[in-house]
Amino acid sequence: MTQAMTGARMVVQALKDQGVEVVFGYPGGAVLPIYDEIFQQNDIRHILVRHEQGAIHMAEGYARSTGKVGVALVTSGPGATNAVTGLVDALMDSIPLVVLTGQVPTFMIGTDGFQEADTVGITRPCTKMNWLVKDTANLSSTIHQAFHVARSGRPGPVLIDIPKDVQFATSDYVVKEKIKTGHYQPKLKGDIDQITRLVEMIETAERPILYTGGGVINSGPAASQLLRELAEATGFPVTSTLMGLGAYPASGKNWLGMLGMHGLYEANLAMHGCDLMINIGARFDDRITGRLKDFSPNSRKAHIDIDASSINKVIRVDVPILGDVGHVLEDLLRIWKSRGRKVNKEGLAKWWAQINDWRAVKCLTYKNSTSIIKPQYALERLEALTKGMDRYITTEVGQHQMWAAQFLGFEDPNRWMTSGGLGTMGYGLPASIGVQIAHPEALVINVAGEASWLMNMQEMGTAMQFRAPVKQFILNNERLGMVRQWQELLHGERYSQSWSESLPDFVKLAEAFGCKGIKVSDPKDLDDAILEMIRYDGPVIFDCLVEKHENCFPMIPSGKPHNEMLLGDADTQGVIGAKGAVLV
Amino acid sequence: MSPLNIKQGSTSHSAYDLRDPYAEVIEAHTLAVIVDNEPGVLARVIGLFSGRGYNIESLTVAETDHTGHLSRITIVTRGTPQIIAQIKAQLARIVPVHDVHDLTEEGPSVQRELALFKVAGKGEHRIEALRLAEIFRAHVVDSTLESFVFEMTGTPEKIDSFAELMRPLGLREIARTGVAALSRGL
Ligand SMILES: Cc1cc2nc3c(=O)[nH]c(=O)nc-3n(C[C@H](O)[C@H](O)[C@H](O)COP(=O)(O)OP(=O)(O)OC[C@H]3O[C@@H](n4cnc5c(N)ncnc54)[C@H](O)[C@@H]3O)c2cc1C
Ligand SMILES: Cc1ncc(C[n+]2csc(CCOP(=O)(O)OP(=O)(O)O)c2C)c(N)n1
Ligand SMILES: [Mg+2]
Repeated sequence: MTQAMTGARMVVQALKDQGVEVVFGYPGGAVLPIYDEIFQQNDIRHILVRHEQGAIHMAEGYARSTGKVGVALVTSGPGATNAVTGLVDALMDSIPLVVLTGQVPTFMIGTDGFQEADTVGITRPCTKMNWLVKDTANLSSTIHQAFHVARSGRPGPVLIDIPKDVQFATSDYVVKEKIKTGHYQPKLKGDIDQITRLVEMIETAERPILYTGGGVINSGPAASQLLRELAEATGFPVTSTLMGLGAYPASGKNWLGMLGMHGLYEANLAMHGCDLMINIGARFDDRITGRLKDFSPNSRKAHIDIDASSINKVIRVDVPILGDVGHVLEDLLRIWKSRGRKVNKEGLAKWWAQINDWRAVKCLTYKNSTSIIKPQYALERLEALTKGMDRYITTEVGQHQMWAAQFLGFEDPNRWMTSGGLGTMGYGLPASIGVQIAHPEALVINVAGEASWLMNMQEMGTAMQFRAPVKQFILNNERLGMVRQWQELLHGERYSQSWSESLPDFVKLAEAFGCKGIKVSDPKDLDDAILEMIRYDGPVIFDCLVEKHENCFPMIPSGKPHNEMLLGDADTQGVIGAKGAVLV
Repeated sequence: MSPLNIKQGSTSHSAYDLRDPYAEVIEAHTLAVIVDNEPGVLARVIGLFSGRGYNIESLTVAETDHTGHLSRITIVTRGTPQIIAQIKAQLARIVPVHDVHDLTEEGPSVQRELALFKVAGKGEHRIEALRLAEIFRAHVVDSTLESFVFEMTGTPEKIDSFAELMRPLGLREIARTGVAALSRGL
């Protein structure tokens, strides 16, 4: 049974058929027919943003916190170009998005028409795939195909550019069941021989470590469950990248904390000293490896990843396993159990003793103060006062982001949304709104720096309009703190342009938006202020004045190996050599 | 070209790969990439090379399967074994890419390129050019009193050497198609 309809109606129909409940968007001339269709239905909710970048980050927050595909709709030209940062952000962090852009009518393409931009050209390297649909007959099938591509394999953003005449023209709607998803069918099951080789290594390893990443989250909650089972059953220690936090619970006894540049001492030293590294859905990012030639020099390495291009990209591995984390862990556990659940108990006992010595260093120790709120203290209190709640955290980018990763504990996947790969300041506020739209009853907190927060603060209007009671927890150091820290360590304390001046009065700003503002500067008042924030039924801008020159430690300076980490009290002068200084 | 003639179907990760994985030796590889013949696909492939800093020595493309709307892109690229492996993995993950063949690794292959040479000259030079063209099996496809256009098919190396010889004889212009390649046998 085929049904004829306009391209604009097809868009709405296809979104409904794909189970889309929410679209984040902003109208303009080239998408008016689609907005007309949105007006005439009630199944899909449209969240009107204040800037298209906000729409993409909201869709990202929505997607990451639900495991569904996030959807955004923007107009041609400036609408599309404003979306670009968000697209790259989603590409780097493997977030599934379908982004629809309007385009000038087909007969005007190439004429420098009003609000014409070469959207597919501009976004080609920013998307997993994109399409310009020139014929209404192909529109519905392209949209269904787009959802398949966005969510299959390594997830990512896709974009469909729809000229205005294609939206007006009529054609037959193709139902999603009729779509040939074609040759793009990433492999989910891992090679059994390789998995068996890994099982053999698991049975004998003396100093193993599970190095987990965003791929576990991408794979779905079942993968996190299997990871937990693997860790408990083998007794292997677990560390995670920034992107994988929550896959293994922070309260779990095998948890070593985050690894990497600002990761925990015990996690990094365990990575450096292990004899078997099992990478589960992580990509050996440079924040993790430090100096490549000294990276975990004495270990055999296995890597489970769904994307062949992630394997052997920067680090050579001994056991490459191409497949989905969930599927591979299931086979791995089955094979390991069937062979008698063996591990090297003596080796492990010694290994844990060593790890516990490293833990005893207590690398997150900081000097607290009774007069100034230390950012770490603010997060410790936030953690204590929100623990056990139905809580989601987003962040901006900077020191506050790293402290949040260090001091907040995540018990479940999909509870932590942060811009890891691109490091996009301005991500956290819109992302928090996207999360809140998906989880209206939950406590959604954006841990922010004042500078990042200003980058997309217009979205407070969106939060107000759609009654998204997001809490903006701003650790206000009046500095571009992370930049300032690098200048202190690398550029002779010449603080070039790294302070925040002429900051708005955040409490008055909150009033101007019609929400609640809270300002706190005395550690004694902090708990009450946090409780007030949590209890307030609506959006809150929480201005937490913190120590201005606090540094985030531990830190592995760029170009250094894991075992040359800086701890808080270290003399940090001249620690980064000339070679490291060129790295970012 | 790879010093080893690795059997068809083996990959750089196979047990038959005896190369040092960390070797910094630069190899040239000929890749055949089968893609949907759709707008933007070539741009995606080329963008991958420029965006990630891989080099392209030669690139040819044309639709080879009209019913299936598939095109074959033949790319000659250079890099260490690790880079070549990465290029192939990066190509394979492009959604409209169906297949990536490394003709250099999959076994012996034939590589051919077509080139046109415009050579201007009179007297001795002209006769010498014609004589060399004959030896190289180049055809004259255009001639005036002062010039020839030669057409030649061959390996890129053969075309290079013919060009070298023509240079002192009045070579004015060369047009080359880039390499087309197929594996030998079945
Ligand atoms: C200021 C700043 C500081 C940072 N410092 C740190 C730091 O100290 N420590 C740290 O860890 N990070 C840090 N980061 C983040 C860092 O830049 C990277 O984003 C992060 O380390 C990458 O995480 P990942 O390896 O888990 O990969 P992701 O980017 O999450 O990639 C996921 C990997 O899993 C694969 N995958 C996806 N789906 C599946 C599936 N279903 N099955 C199997 N595989 C799958 C993908 O192909 C990919 O290889 C920092 C970022 C910023 C902005
Ligand atoms: C869009 C963008 N521009 C610039 C940067 C570089 N950068 C990284 S962290 C940072 C400072 C962030 O300051 P703030 O949000 O106040 O956080 P803090 O480090 O002080 O906690 C800057 C400028 C970036 N990551 N993103
Ligand atoms: Mg700041």
